[in-house]
Amino acid sequence: MATTKKFMYLNRRSSFGTVYAIESLEVVLIAAAFEQDVSLAFIDDGVYQIVEGQNTDGIGMKNFSKTFHALGDYDINKLYVSKESLEERGLSESDIMPLVYEDEDDDWAEKSSIKVVSNDELKAIMSEQDVCLSF
Amino acid sequence: MAQICGAEVDEEGFLVDLKDWNKEICIQMAKDDDVELTEEHWGVIDFLRDYFEEYQIAPAVRVLTKAIAKKMGKDKGNSKYLYSLFPYGPGKQGCRFAGLPKPTGCI
Repeated sequence: MATTKKFMYLNRRSSFGTVYAIESLEVVLIAAAFEQDVSLAFIDDGVYQIVEGQNTDGIGMKNFSKTFHALGDYDINKLYVSKESLEERGLSESDIMPLVYEDEDDDWAEKSSIKVVSNDELKAIMSEQDVCLSF
Repeated sequence: MAQICGAEVDEEGFLVDLKDWNKEICIQMAKDDDVELTEEHWGVIDFLRDYFEEYQIAPAVRVLTKAIAKKMGKDKGNSKYLYSLFPYGPGKQGCRFAGLPKPTGCI
C-alpha cells in the first residue's frame, strides 16, 4: 500500500474578496480522492470562511460556505481554527458553523470537526505535516 | 455551442446554466445515451439535485455511494446498482442528467 502523507491546507483569507478560499476548498475536495491524511487550518481572515449564517445574495456569488458541511462525508474531519485569530476579530467558537463528521469507529456517532487551538498548538501541529499548502 | 431542448450544454454535455434544467432536458439527455429513465433513475437524480442544493457541489462517486446507502439503503448505495442505472458512471452521467456540474474530485 502506498504511504499516506499528512497534508495541511492553510486558509488565511476571507471567502469572497479573492478566489483563494474557493480554490482551496476545491483542491481539498479533489485531493480527498487520494485518501491522504488531510487537515485544514483557518488563520487570520481565513476564520471568516466558516462563520455561520453567510448570505451571498447581495454579491451574486455562489454561497460555497455550504460546501464545508460536505467535508465530513469526504473523511476530512480535522478543522483547526486559530483561537487568537477569532479573538482579534471579536469572534468565538459559537460564531462558527457546526461542522461535523460521523465516526466510523464509534458506531457512526456525530462528532465536531472543529478544533479551536492556540497559535502555539497550531505551530506544533504544522510541524508534524509532510506538506503544508497555503491559500 | 450545442443545445438540448433549447438549453446550452458544454463540450461534455453538461448544462452551462444549471437553472435551465427541467425533466424534459433530462429525458432527452438520457435518450441520447440510450438510457430509458425509470423510477429508480429518478430516485438517484432527485437525490443528486437535493445534495447539490444542500452542499453546492456534485459529490464524488465514493461520497455519493455512501450517502445513498445511508438515505436509501445498502441495496442501492453500492457501485453495482448505481452503474447498472448509469453505465457511464453515476457521477459523470448521473450528474449530467440531473443538471449538476461535473463532480468535484471526479478523476
